[in-house]
Amino acid sequence: MNRLKGFYVYAAVVALLPILFPDNYFVTVVGATILLNVILAVGLNLFIGYAGQISLGHAAFFGIGAYSSAVLTTRFELNAWLAMLVGLGLVYVIANLVARPILKLKGHYLAMATLGFGIIVNIILVQESSWSGGPDGLGDIPTLSLFGFDIDTDLRWYGMIAFFSLAAILVSLNIIDSRAGRELRAVHGSEFAAQMMGVDTVRTRTNVFVLSAMFASLAGSLFAHQQAFVSPESFGFGFSIEIVTMVVLGGMASTYGAVFGAIVLTLLPETLVVFEDYEMLIFGGILMGGMIFMPQGLFVFLTQKIRTVLNHRSGPSPKPQDAQKTLECDS
Amino acid sequence: MTILQAVNLDKHFGGVAAVTDLSFSVTEGEIYSVIGPNGAGKTTLFNMLCGYYVPSGGSITFAGKDLAGMETHQIAAQGISRTFQNLQVFYNMTVLENVMVGCHMRTRTGLIKAALRLPSVIREERQVREWSLEALTLCGLEHLADREAGSLPYGELKRLEIARALASDPKFLAMDEPAAGLNDTETVEMRQLIQRLKERGITILLVEHNMGLVMQISDRVLVLGFGCLLAEGTPQEVQNNPAVIKAYLGEDV
Repeated sequence: MNRLKGFYVYAAVVALLPILFPDNYFVTVVGATILLNVILAVGLNLFIGYAGQISLGHAAFFGIGAYSSAVLTTRFELNAWLAMLVGLGLVYVIANLVARPILKLKGHYLAMATLGFGIIVNIILVQESSWSGGPDGLGDIPTLSLFGFDIDTDLRWYGMIAFFSLAAILVSLNIIDSRAGRELRAVHGSEFAAQMMGVDTVRTRTNVFVLSAMFASLAGSLFAHQQAFVSPESFGFGFSIEIVTMVVLGGMASTYGAVFGAIVLTLLPETLVVFEDYEMLIFGGILMGGMIFMPQGLFVFLTQKIRTVLNHRSGPSPKPQDAQKTLECDS
Repeated sequence: MTILQAVNLDKHFGGVAAVTDLSFSVTEGEIYSVIGPNGAGKTTLFNMLCGYYVPSGGSITFAGKDLAGMETHQIAAQGISRTFQNLQVFYNMTVLENVMVGCHMRTRTGLIKAALRLPSVIREERQVREWSLEALTLCGLEHLADREAGSLPYGELKRLEIARALASDPKFLAMDEPAAGLNDTETVEMRQLIQRLKERGITILLVEHNMGLVMQISDRVLVLGFGCLLAEGTPQEVQNNPAVIKAYLGEDV
């Protein structure tokens, strides 16, 4: 049970906030946006933080999920939950197809390829106006309903998104603490050694790419129904960068770090009016500053600091020996 | 019984021949060492064995199976494991987690099962932990299990790589310079560890520059020079072989 202590505390806070402040705009509306972004950041963190890969086109999968739900429920009057599943299935197929050529690449090349993919999807959403509504977007998307209850208030949406958001965190924690999670981290640590331990690293990278894309698709479907309106600008390059920034700011290879990043980066524009005009500038600054000064992320950085302070109070702790990773020279 | 057989193995990089027409076979259960001056093709041989390089010619057979066309992870699945000359430790994990990755092939949990954390996953985790601690104990690292791998000194990282390989329960372990950079005490410990591995029935292919170590523990030694076989035999035979003496010490002018 110790393993999930942090999760229970977080879940309790998420559940208590709307009970304490049911009519507070910040809690229900901004809170729901935060929880939605948590799904995206936690999903992308599996790919970037744990498996050590990079994707600058993640908003595309968010968009495909959103548009699947939007198009299928408005044009074909499909049940919203079914539409969500179709969206997930579609993203599963597309992500697998894209992964094949793209995941042969590494580093900058992978970044460029995913960037290109994101832009292509965005252009399709804009150009294929016959079904996507083009730049004007699609409106009148019906809301979700559960056991005959329409999810039609801010509070109910908060609850709905909170449920999926908590599930996403739990899934991420479970995966990391297992053989599958070690596989991801091994690919990050040393791909050659991972292969020598029997890990099919191409498959590992493909699977985690698809999984994180499906997290994004789920978030997209929820987003479409919550907003009742989708347009291509929500799924552009800028938003891809925003999700990456959440992962990097909070702390790569830390699920709670990703949660933290999503909270901070959703709250910032809501609280700072100046943010509006300088959004990309600030995100870029955070990304660069984070990489240079706190490569392990703000969340991990802060928790380590706190731990050091606490340890000092409870007496001196044994000093770890210095790492000597690079003594050996090749012959 | 022969477990590994290389026949007419060739590897050239452009015009440079790293390994030329090399044939040898390793018997099950022995310690088979490969020695030779720097650049003789030892690491190239290792990299071909584990599928990192594709041989330009010839074949490698393991336990009767041709390894041609197999990817590294498929070769690992045959029961071959290795350690690395320039360490390939997972520095983003603890010591125990490093070794737990070694148990990869002995377990099954995939993403979906892991996400749902089915009871079988929890059982498997317990088993993996047990296997890993066993491997760590054999390598004398059990007291460091929860340390970050990056905080270990060099000699212990070398043993960590062996523990990780052991966790995969290999039939055949290729060790690339396990004693390089170790002091005398550590080298003695390493020798004892390699002997313990042999006693457990693991066939060992050893590349090493420390001649004292090689001559003490090897059953047979292969001497490489410029990618070609210079000599093969027991440590005594090899030490008295004129071609070997010439390669290492030069000859009278």
